[in-house]
Amino acid sequence: MIKKTLNRKIIITIFICLALAYLIVISIVGILMDSSEYGVNYADKLIGPCKEHLFGTDAMGRDMFKRCIKGLSNSLVVGLAASIFSSVVALIFGIASAVLGGFTDKVIKLAVDLCMGLPHLVLLILISCMVGKGAFGVTLSVALTHWPSLTRIVRQEVLQLRSSQYVKASARMGKSPFTIAVTHMLPHVIPAYLIGLVLLFPHAIMHEASITFLGFGLSKEVPAIGVILSESMNYITTGKWWLAVFPGIMLLIVVILFDIIGETLKKLWNPGSGNE
Amino acid sequence: MNENILKIEDLVVAFSMYKSGSFKKENLEVIHSLSLDVNAGEIVAVVGSSGSGKSILASAVLGLLPKNAVTKGSITYKGEPITKERQKDLFGKEIAFIPQSVDYLDPLMKVGKQVKGVFGTDERRKELFEKYRLDESAAGKYPFQLSGGMARRVLITGAVMGNPDLIIADEPTPGLDLEMAKETLDHLRSFADSGAAVLLITHDIDLALNVADRVAVFYAGTIVEVAPTADFLAGKDALRHPYSKAFIDALPQNDFKPIPGTQPYAGNLPKGCLFSDRCPYKDSACDADQPEREIRSGKVRCVHAS
Amino acid sequence: MLLEANNISFRYTEKSPLILEDVSFKVSEGERIGIVGPSGYGKSTLAKILAGYEKPTSGEVKLDGAPLPMKGYCPVQMIYQHPELSVNPRWKMVKTLNECWEPDDSFLEKMGIEKAWLKRWPSELSGGELQRFCIARSLSPETKFLICDEISTMLDVITQSQIWNILLDTAKERNMGMVIITHNLALAERVCTKIVKVKEL
Repeated sequence: MIKKTLNRKIIITIFICLALAYLIVISIVGILMDSSEYGVNYADKLIGPCKEHLFGTDAMGRDMFKRCIKGLSNSLVVGLAASIFSSVVALIFGIASAVLGGFTDKVIKLAVDLCMGLPHLVLLILISCMVGKGAFGVTLSVALTHWPSLTRIVRQEVLQLRSSQYVKASARMGKSPFTIAVTHMLPHVIPAYLIGLVLLFPHAIMHEASITFLGFGLSKEVPAIGVILSESMNYITTGKWWLAVFPGIMLLIVVILFDIIGETLKKLWNPGSGNE
Repeated sequence: MNENILKIEDLVVAFSMYKSGSFKKENLEVIHSLSLDVNAGEIVAVVGSSGSGKSILASAVLGLLPKNAVTKGSITYKGEPITKERQKDLFGKEIAFIPQSVDYLDPLMKVGKQVKGVFGTDERRKELFEKYRLDESAAGKYPFQLSGGMARRVLITGAVMGNPDLIIADEPTPGLDLEMAKETLDHLRSFADSGAAVLLITHDIDLALNVADRVAVFYAGTIVEVAPTADFLAGKDALRHPYSKAFIDALPQNDFKPIPGTQPYAGNLPKGCLFSDRCPYKDSACDADQPEREIRSGKVRCVHAS
Repeated sequence: MLLEANNISFRYTEKSPLILEDVSFKVSEGERIGIVGPSGYGKSTLAKILAGYEKPTSGEVKLDGAPLPMKGYCPVQMIYQHPELSVNPRWKMVKTLNECWEPDDSFLEKMGIEKAWLKRWPSELSGGELQRFCIARSLSPETKFLICDEISTMLDVITQSQIWNILLDTAKERNMGMVIITHNLALAERVCTKIVKVKEL
């Protein structure tokens, strides 16, 4: 009986709720966590995973589990800020590009190609260094480099709508371009936009972690996954595996969760595969 | 009587779908108790409005239904059911499909290679190109480089590569001008005359009457009547089902007088006879399932037919 | 009222071949002109130009001597071959129906539109049902000319004759002018007051 009632749509909905709950709990716990929780305590240095310290401790005796949670929540906040900024830029650029056409379209397309043509990481590092690294530098660089792909999606969607018969008919029935954009186009663009937003998240987080790992991002004092991983490299040869493995896995889980949420939403909202 | 090639008996196809805004799945029946047979040497045309599920019939025979489809009833080819294992041996060899448009071709593969397919040979392809007046240079072209008429001939050569015994053509003529449409139909006719069975699916009754030996009238997901083409040409009195008669009346070249109502939507069908809610002869007997009856060398699903 | 096309030529880009060359013709109110012929002769393009969907490369379309209005409600409306492409799939039918005017109940009844359909999504209706909505939508009292591009080609013959009977009644009642594009000569002979074969254009 259970098998019959648990069809794909229910499973997906439950899964999405669980994944969201997991991500929200991590960010809230992390934000509310007092810095003394993962403070320096030389008495407990370099302990392997045990009951008191689930992920062990590092060379300064800091609890790795709590540092990881705090670090992840930092990453999530940076990711969220960057994704929202990027997606708003993408929405405005995408619609402007498709609706205004001509010169605007050319400039925006050029900017998109320029951003996508450069190696992503190089661009991230350049921007971050230019504004002086730190949380601000990371957020800005991640935000400024993630809009092109979403802009393309939005532009494509709007272009397709503009050539659709019902939009053309609406114009011949005397509707203004603004009315058409709000009533006809928004309902179509929003789903694609939301999926794009969710799928931006894992990218933003990974890139935040990467440039921090390379030393161009968040500063050493801030617990961030990138910082934790780059510190752990010094100890890995001496067999302190837990310093790298657990934070790495935590990062991976968060990234994969976002990716799966985005991809399943895409499938659900697509009428073709929505009924499987 | 010629050899029976394709026989479909009481076919039911349903899609399991989510109700909008809910987590419940429901089965939406789109083909109901459909029976049809096609014999060697004849063209049977299935005629119905677009969107009424005719193409699903072709997909069901070809095993191309989407994953959420559930089927009942039987489809047999030369007397044996078409199973998953048999599909591999039959499709592309003994059973061929002529699709609606060049969109079914791989846009990045040269035409000659696609026509040859997995089973064909170059000699056979050359022979067919000659037969269908395709220039040998066409083989080296990509689908987008073909004109409408050439594309249509390419689709046909691809279908007949394996010398099939059964050809299924799904709306092969829309978008063609009169001459090309006629040429396509002539090709279908010549297959049939050389002994193959042809199932032609179309929404165009005039076209069907031009070329088919028998015409099957498709209504709301089932076939209500199968009759020799001559009966359709003779007028409504020669036909059996009230829908077929109404159909003839509504043709612009006849009375152009419609009956009221619309075709019922899958999921919202009347009980028993699917035409009963619009039928002038409806009575209590129509609420029961309508078995197939044989009347004057035609088949009909209606208790009142005579 | 008079809708006229004067010496119209059309090509998509400067390099592409001419689809229409120097086409002229007139429709006055109450007239129903059928344009009959196989596909590929620019019939649909002509329809789009007459209704103001495309601008001709040269020549002009005039309504009572003035150019077609490009802003506000256009008195020349067009109905397409594929109703499922002409309605927004994310709008309920009632919204589509009332996009530019609100037909009353008696009009809906005449069109054969059932009340229950208004609450449905386009994907839940058949082509014939959707086409009724498209026709009702474009029959605002302001519509003086109606361009019909193969509007019944995809429908079954009974729905075809239902729809044409409704359209003919309305056109006669309002003395509306129509341009009817079809490949079906028998249909054109039934519904038109005058027939033009494509090659004569």
